Amino acid sequence: MINKVIELSEQNLYACYQCGKCSAGCPSVKLMDIMPNQVIRYLQIGKPDKVLQCKTIWICASCYTCSVRCPRGIDLTRVMEAIRLIQLRKNIDYIKVREISEDVLVSVPQIALVAEFRKHTA
Amino acid sequence: MEPRIGVFVCHCGINIASTVDVKRVVEAIKGYPGVVHAEDYVYMCSDPGQELIRSRIKEKKLNGVVVAACSPTLHEATFRNTVSQVGLNPYRCEIANIREHCSWIHTDRDKATEKAIKIVKSIVEKVKLNDELLPISIPITKRALVIGGGIAGIQAALDIANAGYEVILVEKNPSIGGHMAQLSETFPTLDCAQCILTPKMVEVGQHPNIKLYNYAEVEDLSGYVGNFKVKIRLKASYVDWSKCVGCGVCMEKCPTKVPSEFEMGLTTRKAIYVPFPQAVPNKPVIDRENCLYFKTGKCRICEKVCTFGAIKFDEQDEFVEEEVGAIIVATGYELYPIEKIGEYGGGKYKDVINGLQFERLLSASGPTGGGVQRPSDRKVPKRVAFVSCVGSRDPELHKPYCSKVCCMYLTKHAMLYKHRVPDGEPIVFYIDIRSDGKGYEEFVQRAQEEEHVTYIRGKVSKIYEDNGELVLLAVDTLTGEPLEVRVDMVVLGMAIVPSPAVYELAKKLKIQIDANGFLTEAHPKLRPVETLTPGIFLAGCAHAPKDIPDTVAQASAAASKVLEMFSQKELQHDPMVATVDEDRCSGCGVCVTLCPYGAREIEVKDGKRVAKVNEAKCEGCGSCIAGCPAGACQQRNLKDEQLVNMVKAVLE
Repeated sequence: MINKVIELSEQNLYACYQCGKCSAGCPSVKLMDIMPNQVIRYLQIGKPDKVLQCKTIWICASCYTCSVRCPRGIDLTRVMEAIRLIQLRKNIDYIKVREISEDVLVSVPQIALVAEFRKHTA
Repeated sequence: MEPRIGVFVCHCGINIASTVDVKRVVEAIKGYPGVVHAEDYVYMCSDPGQELIRSRIKEKKLNGVVVAACSPTLHEATFRNTVSQVGLNPYRCEIANIREHCSWIHTDRDKATEKAIKIVKSIVEKVKLNDELLPISIPITKRALVIGGGIAGIQAALDIANAGYEVILVEKNPSIGGHMAQLSETFPTLDCAQCILTPKMVEVGQHPNIKLYNYAEVEDLSGYVGNFKVKIRLKASYVDWSKCVGCGVCMEKCPTKVPSEFEMGLTTRKAIYVPFPQAVPNKPVIDRENCLYFKTGKCRICEKVCTFGAIKFDEQDEFVEEEVGAIIVATGYELYPIEKIGEYGGGKYKDVINGLQFERLLSASGPTGGGVQRPSDRKVPKRVAFVSCVGSRDPELHKPYCSKVCCMYLTKHAMLYKHRVPDGEPIVFYIDIRSDGKGYEEFVQRAQEEEHVTYIRGKVSKIYEDNGELVLLAVDTLTGEPLEVRVDMVVLGMAIVPSPAVYELAKKLKIQIDANGFLTEAHPKLRPVETLTPGIFLAGCAHAPKDIPDTVAQASAAASKVLEMFSQKELQHDPMVATVDEDRCSGCGVCVTLCPYGAREIEVKDGKRVAKVNEAKCEGCGSCIAGCPAGACQQRNLKDEQLVNMVKAVLE
C-alpha cells in the first residue's frame, strides 16, 4: 500500500521523521480522527487499513499548509489526494450524492457541490 | 634494473573480497611480465599483513611492490613505510586502488574482478619505471597563527604557547572570548561560563609567547606549509591602546547608544565601547559607523574627556606581516537568523528570542542581572516554551544537519529558568532528544524527574501573538493530541551556522568548505583536525556544530598536530614534483600562469629563459605538465612513458 501511495503521490514517505509539524499547523486537524502525521506513520508501519478507513483523508482541505512547512519536503497534500484516489478507484464514494438533503442542495453554492463531487465521489 | 615486482592483494575483510574475486586477481597477475610474486591476505594493513610484505621482499629479492587495496589517501604512507623498513625505496611501492575505484562501486563480481586485474596490471607498469626518490626537505618557521579568539582559538593558542612556541592570535572583535563569554552557565555541570573562561582569556592576554591582534582580520596568505606569510589588517580603533588605561570615562560620556552585540541587542552600548567588562584586552574601540563625529563631523566628546590623549580620530587601518609555519582556523559560528523562520514570526515578536539572548537574560552580568524578564515589558514570564530544531534538521527549507548543542542547552535553559522562577512552567518542544555526551543523559533526566520540565514531542508549526500572550500551534505526537499552548515567552534553539566571514577566509587560505559552509576536514575519521592544505588545521564550530568539551578537545588536537610539526627539524615534502628539461624549455611561461601553487617561475640562465620549479611549493598536480607546449615538463614517477604503459595495460 505504501508503495502505491508513493507512486501516486510521488512523495517519499520514508523520509518522514514524525516531527508532527504538519498536524500542528493543520487548520482542520480538530475535525480529523487521526492526525496527518499518523496517516504517514500507519503507512510506514504497514497498517494501511487505518488510513483507508479514516476520515482525515476526506477532511483534508488541500490548503497546503503542511506541505510548505514540512522540513522533509513531503507534499502531504498530494499524499492525501493519492489515498483518496486509491479509495475512489475502487468505486467507494465518501459521500452519497442521493443522500444529500434538500436543505444542503439549495443552500450550498453550486461550485461547492461540484468540488465536493470531484473530491469525494468516484 | 630488471623488475622483480611483488603484488599483494588485500581482502579488506569483505569490503573488497565480497565483490572482487581476490584469488583470481592473484592468479591473473602471477604470470604478468615483471611480477615475480603475488599473494592475498585478509587485512594487508594489519601487522601480520605488513610483516608478510616485508618478509617476501627479503625472500624474493623484490625491487618493487604493488599493494592492491584501498585508496592511496588512506594507506599509501603505511605501505611505503613498510617497504622502507626492509631497505626498499618507498617510492618503489604503489597502491592499486581496488576498493574505492572498484569493489565499492560495482556489484557484478565477474566484471569487478576483471577491472581489478586491469588496475593492478596498470600499477605494475607504473612501478616498473618508478625512480627511487628521496623526500624533499623544507625548513619550518616554528610560529603558529590562530585565527579566531573564541574558546577553540584560546585553547589552541595556549597549548602551543605553553609548549614554548610563539603564537599569533587574530580576533576580529575588540575582545577575545567568542560566544562562550556570552553564556550563563554550562551544561551538564552548570558551572559559570565566565568563571571558567575569563582566567583563560587573561592567560592569553598576558602570555609571553602569544601575540594578540584583536580587532584584526587576516587579509592575505601566501607561502606554503612551514613557511606561510600572512598579512593582517589591524582595523582602526581610533584609540591609542598604548596610552589608554581603560578608565571608561569616554564610554560614560559618549552620547550615542547602539544595540549591544554582546548582549544580543537586549540592551545598548556606546559608540566607543568595550564589548563586556571582562574583555581582553580591556581597551575600547570606536565604532565608526555609529560614531556621531564620523557621521556628522561634530562631537569629539570622548577626545575632550580623555585625560591621557588616547583618542586618535585620524587613525587608519594598518597592515602587518607575520611569518608562520602552521595555521589553526577557529572562526566559530553564528545563529541562523530568526528572520528566515516566517511561521515563528520572523523576528517581529519581541518575546520570541534565540538561545544566546536567553543566555544573556540568565547571566548574572546580563542586562537583567540574571533575573528572567521578557524583553517586551520586563515582566517575569510564568510559562516559557523552548523550541528545538529551529532551522536544523530541515533539508527542505533550512539546514539539513543537527546543530548538536540545542537539545542540551534548551534543557539547561528550562532548568535554569526553573531555578530563577520556581513557580514558572518550562515546556520543551523536541523531535528527538540528543544527549550523547558524558553526563548529558543524566542531565536531561534530572530536568524531567527533579525539575519537572514538561517535554512535548512534536515540532511547533506556528507561533503568533494573541492578547499579550504567544500561542504555539503544536501537536503531541505521542498521544496524537493537537495542542494550542499559550506562553509568555518563547526561546528558539536556532540552527548553528558557520561564521559568515569564513567563506572569504577559506578562499584566501585555499581550504575547502562543505555545502553548509563548514570547513572540511582531511578525513572524517582519521584526520579530523587537518584540512587538505598541508599546515592548516581547524578547530571548533568552524568545522561543525559542537559543544564546549568537544571544541576544547578538538582545539587541543589541532594544537598537538602543530606541535608534531614543530617537533621536527625540517619538513619532508613529497618528491613527486614537476621537473623541467631545460634543453627543451622555450621559456614561454605557460607553466607559471597555470600553476595554482605559485611554484613555477622563469629564470634567465646564460641568457636563455628557462622555467624553474620550487619543489617545496609544488604539489605535483600536473597542470604545468599538461600545459607545456614543448613537452619539457615531466612529473617524477608519472612520466609520459609510464602513463602510456599504464594505459596500454588497461586496454590490453
